[in-house]
Amino acid sequence: MTLTTSYTPKIRSVGLDGVLVTFGDKATDAANRAAIAFRGAVDAERWDMISESSSTLVSAFFRVDLSVHAFEAVADRLNSELSSRNWFDAPLPEGRALWTIPASFGGHRAPQLAEAAEAAGVSEEDALRELTSTRLRVLTLGFAPGQPYLGTLDAHWNIPRQKELTPNVPAGALVAAVRQICLFANDTPTGWRHVGQSAFACFRPQGDTPFPLAPGDEVQFTDISAAELARIEDKVTDGSGGATREVLG
Amino acid sequence: MTALRVVQVGPGVAVQDLGRTGLLAKGLTRGGAADRLAVYEGAALLKQPKDLAVLEMVGTGGTFEATADIRVAFTGAEMTVQIDGSAAAWNASHMVPKGALLVIGPTRAGTYGYLHVGGGFDTEPMLGSRATHQSCGLGALVTAGDTLPVGQDSGGEVGLTLPRDTRFEGGTVRIVPSMQTDDFPEETRHRFEATTFRRDPRANRQGIRMDSEGEGFAAPAALGIVSEVIVPGDIQITGDGTPFVLMAESQTTGGYPRIGTVLPCDLPRVAQAPAGASLQFQFVSLDEGAGIEARARADWAALSKAAAPLVRDPAMMQDLLSYQLVGGVVSATYAPLDEG
Repeated sequence: MTLTTSYTPKIRSVGLDGVLVTFGDKATDAANRAAIAFRGAVDAERWDMISESSSTLVSAFFRVDLSVHAFEAVADRLNSELSSRNWFDAPLPEGRALWTIPASFGGHRAPQLAEAAEAAGVSEEDALRELTSTRLRVLTLGFAPGQPYLGTLDAHWNIPRQKELTPNVPAGALVAAVRQICLFANDTPTGWRHVGQSAFACFRPQGDTPFPLAPGDEVQFTDISAAELARIEDKVTDGSGGATREVLG
Repeated sequence: MTALRVVQVGPGVAVQDLGRTGLLAKGLTRGGAADRLAVYEGAALLKQPKDLAVLEMVGTGGTFEATADIRVAFTGAEMTVQIDGSAAAWNASHMVPKGALLVIGPTRAGTYGYLHVGGGFDTEPMLGSRATHQSCGLGALVTAGDTLPVGQDSGGEVGLTLPRDTRFEGGTVRIVPSMQTDDFPEETRHRFEATTFRRDPRANRQGIRMDSEGEGFAAPAALGIVSEVIVPGDIQITGDGTPFVLMAESQTTGGYPRIGTVLPCDLPRVAQAPAGASLQFQFVSLDEGAGIEARARADWAALSKAAAPLVRDPAMMQDLLSYQLVGGVVSATYAPLDEG
C-alpha cells in the first residue's frame, strides 16, 4: 500500500451546508484512514457549530450552517486541527467493531466469482481464499442506507465495472470492483460483479440498531455452503445473517 | 382519536416533514418536503411549530373525510379545493367540519402541493422523523382506505392567508460555487449561467433533470473524480453534460462533478417549477449567498406575522383568487436589496 502522504489536504465548502476536508484525489487506503481518523478527532471535540459529520472514501464532511458561520473561520479552525498531526498515520477511532459475516461464494447464489477471478488474473480457488482471508475495512457507508464499501483488496483486484449492468442483484450480495467489495442493502442493478451472497441486512429500520455498520469497522467474510446460507435465511430473522460482532480494543 | 380518512387519493401523496438529520454518515439523506418553504407557510397559517408533519401531493390530492372538526391549511403548488362542496382559497387556512368531504386537486400551478392540519399528522416517527423516504423503504405512499392520525391541535383562528409567492413558474435561482466548480472551464460556467433550461418531465424527489439546447456542460478535468458527499441543491453534471439538480431524497454520495449548489432558500423554486418551465442559474459568491440565505431564513421565521385575514365575502372570492395569482405581490424569498 502506497501512502499518499505527499497530498496536501484540501478544505472546500459544500454549498452553504458544510465543509469538506479531502485527503486524496484517488481512493487510497491511506486517504480513507486519514478521513476517518480526522472526522473522529473533530467529532470528539464537539464543536458547537457542527451539527453532524460523515466520511466518504477520501474526505471528512462537517455540516455547518455557512449562512451563520463564515466559511473562512470554519476553514481556519479545521486547518489548525489538520496541522496538529500527520493524519495519514493517525490511529483509527476507538470502539470500532470487527464483523465476521458468513457468505456463500460462487455457485448459483453468486454466479460471477469465476468471472471476477479471471478479471483479477487469479484462479477461482485463490479468489475465494483472498476474499475470505483479507480483513476489509468499512471505507464508507452510502448510496443506500447502511450500505458499506469495503476495502482495500490487493492491487490485482482493481477490476473495472462491467460495461453492461446486471439487471438485478439481490440484497445481501457481495459485489466486487475497483479493489472494493460492496455489500448491497437492497436489490439493485449494478455493474459490479456478484462474487458472494450473505444474509446480512445493512439497514434494519425496525430494529434497535438500524445501521449495524460504521465507517472504520472491519469485516471478515467466512465461506459457507449454499445450503448453510439457505438455512440462515430460513432461521435467522433478526437481519444479522449469522454474523458476529466484537469490539476492537 | 382525531383522524383524516382517505377516501380516494392521487398517486404521489405522502406524509412529510422537514426530514431527518444526523444520519448522513449512515448513508441516509435528510429527505423531507420537496418545498420546505411551503412547510413554513403552513405552520405560519396555523400558527403552530414548523416541524409538524404535512401531506405532500403531486399532480392531484384526493378526497378526505375528517373524524372531527379540524383546522387545515393549503400551501405550495396551487390545487383546486372544495370543503363540503364549496370552493376554498388555496394558500389559506380553513375549518373542515366533522364528516365534511375535503376534495383536493388537480394542480393549477407548480408541482408540490401541501395539506397541513392543526396539530400535524401524528403518524409513527421513523428514525426521528415522520418523513416518508420511499427509496429507503421508510414509510409508504398514502393509499385509499388509510386513516391518517391527527395530533392534538393547540387551536387558533382560521381564515388567514399569506401573500402569494412567485416560485411556481420557474425563474432565476442563485447558486454558490461548490467542490468541483473550478474543474469546469470558465467558458462552460459562463455558458451555464447564460443558458435557459427547461425542467424535464423526468423529475422526482431524488433529482430534477434540466434540458437545454446545444452543447452539454461536461468537465473533462472532473472525469474520474472520487465519489463525494452530496447536499440538497447540488447540480451534478452527468457524463453526457446534462445537469441534474439533486433534491431531498438524493443519494448521500455521488461520483459526478457538481458545477454549483442552489441556495437552500431558492431550492423551492426549482422543486415547484412545473415540467417545461424555464429556469436560469446565477452564480453568487459564497459570502453573498450566505447573506441572501440568512435574510431569507429570517423572512421564513417571520412568516406568521405576514398571515392576514382572508376576505370572506364569496362574491369577492373569485377576484381575490385571481389577484393572488398575479404573483410577486410580496415574496418571502425575494429581497430587492440582494440585487445590490
